[in-house]
Amino acid sequence: MKNKVGTVLVKRGMAEMQKGGVIMDVVNADQARIAEKAGAVAVMALERVPSDIRKAGGVARMADPTIIEEVMKAVSIPVMAKARIGHIVEARILEAMGVDYIDESEVLTPADEEYHLLKSAFTVPFVCGCRDLGEAARRIGEGAAMLRTKGEPGTGNIVEAVRHMRKVNAQVRRVVAMNEDELMTEAKLLGAPYEILLQIKKNGRLPVVNFAAGGVATPADAALMMELGADGVFVGSGIFKSENPAAFAKAIVEATTNYKDYKLLAEISKNLGAPMVGIEISSLSSADRMQDRGW
Amino acid sequence: MTKIGILALQGAVREHAAAIRKCGVEAVEVKSAEELQYIDGLILPGGESTTMRRLIDTYDMLKPLKRFISVDKPVFGTCAGLILLARSIEGQEENHIGMMDIVVRRNSYGRQIQSFEANLNIKDIGQDFPGVFIRAPHIVKVGEGVEILCEHDGKIVMARQDSLLACAFHPELTDDNRAISYFVKMVRASIIARNKL
Repeated sequence: MKNKVGTVLVKRGMAEMQKGGVIMDVVNADQARIAEKAGAVAVMALERVPSDIRKAGGVARMADPTIIEEVMKAVSIPVMAKARIGHIVEARILEAMGVDYIDESEVLTPADEEYHLLKSAFTVPFVCGCRDLGEAARRIGEGAAMLRTKGEPGTGNIVEAVRHMRKVNAQVRRVVAMNEDELMTEAKLLGAPYEILLQIKKNGRLPVVNFAAGGVATPADAALMMELGADGVFVGSGIFKSENPAAFAKAIVEATTNYKDYKLLAEISKNLGAPMVGIEISSLSSADRMQDRGW
Repeated sequence: MTKIGILALQGAVREHAAAIRKCGVEAVEVKSAEELQYIDGLILPGGESTTMRRLIDTYDMLKPLKRFISVDKPVFGTCAGLILLARSIEGQEENHIGMMDIVVRRNSYGRQIQSFEANLNIKDIGQDFPGVFIRAPHIVKVGEGVEILCEHDGKIVMARQDSLLACAFHPELTDDNRAISYFVKMVRASIIARNKL
């Protein structure tokens, strides 16, 4: 009996195990330990959180492997890391290091303005951002085993993540309600692989989990995204750019688990200190909109 | 009607619920200690064991879970659930629920890129069972009252101790319902046994 690694089931299953959980951005081992202690299901090891990437400007690349290794040594929960869109070698380096999941991320400066990675060619699973079902289905078609909304990273403003979650779910409902003979035209209109739409119609839902990401700053934001149908939540700058990261981290984990318990949400939202400072989306120039990266 | 709960703090809850319903049994999500009294058996699903433990503590569920087990109501732990049940976890001083007489090793096959699928032969369940191992633990040692149901590559990956069942893989991620059916039978037998008392 031979063991088969890197199968679709093993990749997607890994993301299924993260459901109902919170994945937190961290930039060093100390932050990773705080995240694990607060109950994070995974951490994303980065050189800078998205709000600092915005401030720094220039080209944002894969993190220094030293930081990723340091985080991998510090915690027993899975460690994710980001590669630039289309950067085959950054992704292969992260895979060789034993990172548990790679985020092919628009938060970093794209390496390819035409093609995403062929993620099915890797053993390590990938998560990708999406704003609508066409984008979601193309990423699944390339082999993404997990999706997340793009939102607008590093803004602390939930409005874009809400837009993307609602859009994808509305389009999924539409596909499920369609007759099968209408699917090919829908695939053309969405720019989505036909086979993926057929799977969605048959199963009544996306074939992979879809987390919320890009703008979650408070426990109420996390609960809102769960209410809208997210399978879990990524928090980038929201935790370690807040006044009290340990308290924020714990509160966001609890809010994600019990997103319908509003009395509890009131309790856990008390005395948390100031959340990260937010940015109004309309004040961003088109060059500063990370969500428009990806094709 | 027989009712099986799934500890729904985090992890693969939906898949277990679907598998249980396929066996013709009612599946309910359990998020609080109070909900434990309405169910006949409980599944501790796959997920992140450290996260689940934090949430078990946050909602004061550790003692109620131990009580649930002490009255012989069946519990099935898969992957992270197996870690929650184990008496001892290698490299850690503290256990979690700790009522199954086994020693486990977390992430014992390595990181995610070593996660794998393999066919298993499971005692009392059958041949060629599709085993999905995701950052899986394995059972290093079992106590006297524990029956080993399956070994793979020399590692114990499924075991039973009276009303406790545990496996290192994810039966809920496959269409093969034999492992869940086996647990449903345990739950039905325990209801009959309790009614006789």
